[in-house]
Amino acid sequence: MSSVLEVKDLNKNFGDFKALQDINLNVKEGEFVSVLGPSGCGKTTLLRVIAGFIEESSGSISIQKSPMKGISPENRPVNIVFQSLALFPMMNVFENVAFGLRRQGLKKDEISKRVIEMLNRVGLNGYEKKKINELSGGQKQRVAIARSLVMKPKILLLDEPLSALDRKLREYMKVELKELQREVGTTFIYITHDQSEALVMSDRVAVMNRGKIEQLDTPVNLYTHPNTAFVAGFVGENNRFELSGSDSYSITTKNGWKLNMPDLDFAPNVMFMRPEAFILEPTDDLKDINKFQATIKVVLFDGANTKMSVVVESGDEILISLPQNAKFQNLKSGDTVNIGIAYHNIKCYEG
Amino acid sequence: MSGNKKAFYFLLIPVLLWLVLLIIVPHIDLFISSFKVDGDSSSVFSLENYTIFFKEKIYWFTFLNTVIYAIGITLLAFVVTFPVAFYLTKVVDKKYASFLTLMLLIPLWVGELVTIYGWVIILGDHGVINESLIWLGIIDKPITLLYTNFSMSIGLLYMSMLFMTIPVMTTLESLDDSLIEAASDLGASKFTIFRRIIIPHAMPGIINGGIIVFMLVIGDYVAPNILGGKSNLWFTEQIYNQFLSTFNWNQGAAFGFLLLVISSAVIWMALKLSGQKLEKVGS
Repeated sequence: MSSVLEVKDLNKNFGDFKALQDINLNVKEGEFVSVLGPSGCGKTTLLRVIAGFIEESSGSISIQKSPMKGISPENRPVNIVFQSLALFPMMNVFENVAFGLRRQGLKKDEISKRVIEMLNRVGLNGYEKKKINELSGGQKQRVAIARSLVMKPKILLLDEPLSALDRKLREYMKVELKELQREVGTTFIYITHDQSEALVMSDRVAVMNRGKIEQLDTPVNLYTHPNTAFVAGFVGENNRFELSGSDSYSITTKNGWKLNMPDLDFAPNVMFMRPEAFILEPTDDLKDINKFQATIKVVLFDGANTKMSVVVESGDEILISLPQNAKFQNLKSGDTVNIGIAYHNIKCYEG
Repeated sequence: MSGNKKAFYFLLIPVLLWLVLLIIVPHIDLFISSFKVDGDSSSVFSLENYTIFFKEKIYWFTFLNTVIYAIGITLLAFVVTFPVAFYLTKVVDKKYASFLTLMLLIPLWVGELVTIYGWVIILGDHGVINESLIWLGIIDKPITLLYTNFSMSIGLLYMSMLFMTIPVMTTLESLDDSLIEAASDLGASKFTIFRRIIIPHAMPGIINGGIIVFMLVIGDYVAPNILGGKSNLWFTEQIYNQFLSTFNWNQGAAFGFLLLVISSAVIWMALKLSGQKLEKVGS
């Protein structure tokens, strides 16, 4: 598949503030790429530069091989679904979706046909005459997406469009959005600070921090092989420990908890372990793992997501996933448990 | 009756007194006297005060002239102040916006009479404009600016246009910038965005401002009297003359009611044409 968007060495400064630094991003046709990062990381700036609302300081953006420098937003083959949705309250649903097509000067029948088709696709048939303020949050969402998709953009840019919805609807729309994208085959670039949205929907995720892309990878790789300490801490739940020292076969936390860690070829100062990477009551035949004893501080029951907080001898606290099977159901605070963690599940980073 | 309700009615008293004593009662009184003509001993009921309006050309001509000018000045007030309102709410840095809005309000502190005399000084034969044009060599002798329809319109526009600016600014402030961006993203030109997004959004404010400006202008006496010429009579001057020159209060009352009817009719038409509701515009 050919690449539809090429961002090369993109920089954007606001005065002294570097909002975007050396952004490189290639998006293939039909791909669903998320840009994930905390607020203020520059992800919205990136989207606005791609859409043409902000001019880049240096670097280049090409869409389907044609450079976008100096091309105004209305002439770029991209459309945005805004965070506030930005539906036109003075028009009904039909007119909102038809707005862009009318600007292209299409024939009435053609406009009507395409609008109705798109409304059907997003499950809003029969809503043409409704006013915007008569719609629910989820319906507004769909109108906003329909209004952009009906333009048949090369790329659809979505700026945290689900953030205004309540949790349950958001979970539902996540799945629906992903299915819609697969159906229409349009390239989606999805801006979000919610890692679950990014991981569930995307083919690839770009994790951004302080104006830089820290890692651009598939959701599975991001989760299992984070490249940087920031990605390890930001994507998914993680136990984070600052280290006070290390040598070629072990690491020591600030509190003095020593773990075996062979074949280290650098001096890390931070270490991460996923809650679900721990093995409860490890058997003797397991190799290449650290084994230690810990006391349960509290069990946090949450169905399949149940976790427990345990304290090791040094006083370091760890959050551990607790599988809901008969073997571990009777664990309670104060109990002592044997725990293991494989070397390859300990992620060490500099800085 | 609960305590809350008692307090509510108690607080309502000043408003009701104001409405009844100062607005409703005088209007009923004027309405009744507009149908009276002074007879030999006592006044008698008659339609004469109204029929005379249609018989005498000078009356209905002045009336028509006033209405047309008032509508024109209202439209002009919109054309002149909309860019200012847009600039102050959407373009200029928020830091300076409130300061600049304050600058706009300063002329209101002086009072209408003084600002109108200010225009006399500016527009007079030896005023700032004529003197500058002569000094620049563009004209040889002063051109007549004062005591014309032009000077009257300027005066009326100047004293009323702020009342268009403020409501329009209020509606523009509530316009989400992302609507403009979304329209632009969907391929709309600047003109289309203005016509399809900005104007419809600002319509309640425009109509609100329009009503105030129209009422102020059509009922104004000072600007037409001081800046207007002999040939362009403003209808309020006719009313003034009936009350204070010829002491024909009954005739003046009839004229007053005609003015009230026409301004209500124009406002009603403006609301109809723009598809606005009075409640929405008023809020």
